[in-house]
Amino acid sequence: MISVTMTVNGKPVSGAVEGRTLLVDFLRETAGLTGTHVGCDTSQCGACTIHVNGRAVKSCTMLAAEADGAEIATIEGMANPDGSLGVIQAAFKEHHGLQCGFCTPGMVMSAASLLAENRNPSEAEIREYLEGNICRCTGYHNIVKAIQAAAAQLG
Amino acid sequence: MPADGGIGASTRRREDVRFLTGKGQYTDDINIRGQAYVHFLRSDIAHGKINNIDTSDAENMPGVIRIFTSKDFEGVGGVPCGWQVTDRFGQPMQEPKHPVLAEGKVRHVGEPIAAVVAETREQARDAAEAIIVDIEELPAVIDMKAALQDGATKVHDDLTGNLCFDWGFVEENREAVDEAIRNAAHVTTLELTNNRLVANPMEPRVAIGDYDAARDEHTLYTTSQNPHVIRLLMGAFVLGIPENKLRVIAPDVGGGFGTKIFHYQEEAFCTFAAKAVNRPVKWTSSRSEAFMSDAHGRDHVTKIELALDENGKFLAVRTDTYANMGAYLSTFAPSVPTWLHGTLMAGNYTTPLVYVNVKAVFTNTVPVDAYRGAGRPEATFQLERVIDKAARELGIDPIELRRRNFIQPDQYPYATPVALEYDTGNYPATMDKLVEIADIKGFAARKAESESRGKKRGLGIAHYIEACGIAPSNLVGQLGARAGLYESATVRVNPTGGLVVMTGSHSHGQGHETTFPQVVAEMIGIDAGMVEIVHGDTANTPMGMGTYGSRSIAVGGSAIVRATEKIIAKARKIAAHLLEASDEDIELKDGQFTVKGTDKSVAWGDVCLAAYVPHNYPLEDLEPGLEETAFYDPANFVYPAGAYACEVEVDPETGKVEIMSFCAADDFGNIINPMIVEGQVHGGLAQGIGQALLEHCVYDENGQLVSGSYMDYAMPRADDLPSFVTDTSCQTPCTHNPLGVKGCGEAGAIGAPPAVVNAVVDALADMGVTHIDMPLTPARVWSAIQAAK
Repeated sequence: MISVTMTVNGKPVSGAVEGRTLLVDFLRETAGLTGTHVGCDTSQCGACTIHVNGRAVKSCTMLAAEADGAEIATIEGMANPDGSLGVIQAAFKEHHGLQCGFCTPGMVMSAASLLAENRNPSEAEIREYLEGNICRCTGYHNIVKAIQAAAAQLG
Repeated sequence: MPADGGIGASTRRREDVRFLTGKGQYTDDINIRGQAYVHFLRSDIAHGKINNIDTSDAENMPGVIRIFTSKDFEGVGGVPCGWQVTDRFGQPMQEPKHPVLAEGKVRHVGEPIAAVVAETREQARDAAEAIIVDIEELPAVIDMKAALQDGATKVHDDLTGNLCFDWGFVEENREAVDEAIRNAAHVTTLELTNNRLVANPMEPRVAIGDYDAARDEHTLYTTSQNPHVIRLLMGAFVLGIPENKLRVIAPDVGGGFGTKIFHYQEEAFCTFAAKAVNRPVKWTSSRSEAFMSDAHGRDHVTKIELALDENGKFLAVRTDTYANMGAYLSTFAPSVPTWLHGTLMAGNYTTPLVYVNVKAVFTNTVPVDAYRGAGRPEATFQLERVIDKAARELGIDPIELRRRNFIQPDQYPYATPVALEYDTGNYPATMDKLVEIADIKGFAARKAESESRGKKRGLGIAHYIEACGIAPSNLVGQLGARAGLYESATVRVNPTGGLVVMTGSHSHGQGHETTFPQVVAEMIGIDAGMVEIVHGDTANTPMGMGTYGSRSIAVGGSAIVRATEKIIAKARKIAAHLLEASDEDIELKDGQFTVKGTDKSVAWGDVCLAAYVPHNYPLEDLEPGLEETAFYDPANFVYPAGAYACEVEVDPETGKVEIMSFCAADDFGNIINPMIVEGQVHGGLAQGIGQALLEHCVYDENGQLVSGSYMDYAMPRADDLPSFVTDTSCQTPCTHNPLGVKGCGEAGAIGAPPAVVNAVVDALADMGVTHIDMPLTPARVWSAIQAAK
């Protein structure tokens, strides 16, 4: 077993993991943060997208041991300090950018990463950026609208 | 309307807050103290005889608690089929046993052979790899027509062959249809396939069995669209557990699309094993397992003929379909190619004669069952494709040909020749709306512009109708359903006036927690925020049939209306007592009971309090309390319909298809929450476009699943799809349910595939292309262009 410590949503989390333990499993099982979801086993669906040291990463593509010492952000850390929805989360609600909610945490994390890189993305740029996140419910229409609205609000 | 949204308001969804903050509770998020993990050893061949299963090495692996094979399930039932089809000759379908773990033979890649229960997921998986299975491989039966040939290998040795049933509908019309086709001025024939699909809700299936020995009670947590149905099927037919000892909980469920209707072996296994090892037992499907164990969808091979007179009036439709059942009959599989398909073959049209023949075939593939639309997409695709082909052959505009044959608004109720009675509709109106929103007049200019860039542009039209809001129980009972299809609701009013609605419907993305309170709030005149929805747990909801077949608002919503009406009737009596007036003189408006024509009134909350603190209360006439239950069984299906237009650009050099626009004009009757309804249309369109352009579940000739992951099965991604133009302003309210609503969940998936394919064929028509089978991948389109040269 390997001992790892990382900062998750601003708080230190430690645990002993097997070499093969995926970061997503560490977050869900050791850190108890079940908002990050597993939708596939080939790193295609993006439901497990989180931020590692500020960059969007599919947490099924990383071993927990590789994240030792990293700064991690998950969907549980995206709300405002008072618990209200952050700008991107609120835009998803306002524009009906989610239905079953399973892909949603990954979508929000990818959207946050996109808007950090590109404050004013076009529809085509949003659609291209979301290639790594599969949604089966919404047809993406309202997800795109939500991200456009969040971009406008964030200026 | 209540300030926070009643009927007709696009109220934002209350459930979103938990989903957007990572606080949803999906089945895999549930962990029970002391739980063990199961891993299924699944067949990696399509067909074989099991000679021996040696678990001795595996049993000694670290963490292994117990290994199960079919020997442990002697005396346990198979997973049942919930629908019996009777064939053309009056005989019941062939119905093989579907064991929890493979008995003697494996019949498809992915069939569970053994199950390891261990302390950790990894230990269970490691031990499964150490099980030695001696299997004698047999020839696999994959192609349906080959499966029906004399001498074909049998999927089930104890059946007469691979034909499950040969169904004819309407059998009495068979000869009349043949004659009409023989004598018609024009007959258009089309052979096509409806491609095999995998539903792929983003949440893979999960099951957790828990057994309380002290109480002799079983609990199953599962990713289901209908927990009561699972409790009934598993309890009564597989494990022999009475309902009072079996609780089924389907918490937040991450999409269903049909494939989470069915009762699966893994649910029965975890329930059974939890008692056997006296530990909670959890199984979480990987996506790879999902591809080879979730029931698949569609997979029809069809020849359709449309007979027309010299004026383009439809005279008769005849269709011959081969429908793949896979290796076993999944829960509702036999209903899909028969009653959910044959009854739609009149479409929106006055075609007087229809005959549908369906041969359902067993093959060595995963079972095939309902997937979004279930039978209705198969019917609509062939009908709307053959109409388009006929229009081209006859030189009639495809919109005009449809208009000539539409059932007219003054013809309702309209009895079709295929057993349905459409209660209402207005197809000319939806077509008019489509012509407007899709700017059909501007198409020629857009086509010229595309051609100036070397691209071929096409316009595809489809007009669908579907029968949903499934379904009148007495009717489906006659047609072979082994269950009723009512819905239930209990409305519990709390002493200070808030309400809890316990519904048998199940939300797995549809937004019931928002929509249903809008209905109740409107009826009483209180804020929707005073109404909570409880669903998904058999312990605290009345027996219900769940969510599929676009039935939640039409059937479940109607049950809520009926229960709320009972509440209001009783509350009115209490108010009359408090106001010292007669019941008939009491009006309810904006949450106030008022004596007609006076200013005497009492508030909703005061009446509720009186019901639970009955100090001043007519106890001699009325029980205390305010809680009512209703079961609603619909009088008919509901019949949403709509006109869809797709415009594509095809690159003739590469065969790549790009969707330039997609417009949908739907008639869903009255609408409770337009935002949610539009979202449902978007999702259906995406799945329909996915079927038309991208998705294809492929087996090779040996029965290996070639498209077994997201690397091989093309799911629609954001940059594969356009933004959609939707319109729901054409509204002919349903005449037989209290809300005047129709279903909207499946519409897009039904109407989109023919619109897309018609568009591509239109684009390539001048090159001689008349049909391309879905999915219209660049390779297929390019090949069709080359073949037509």
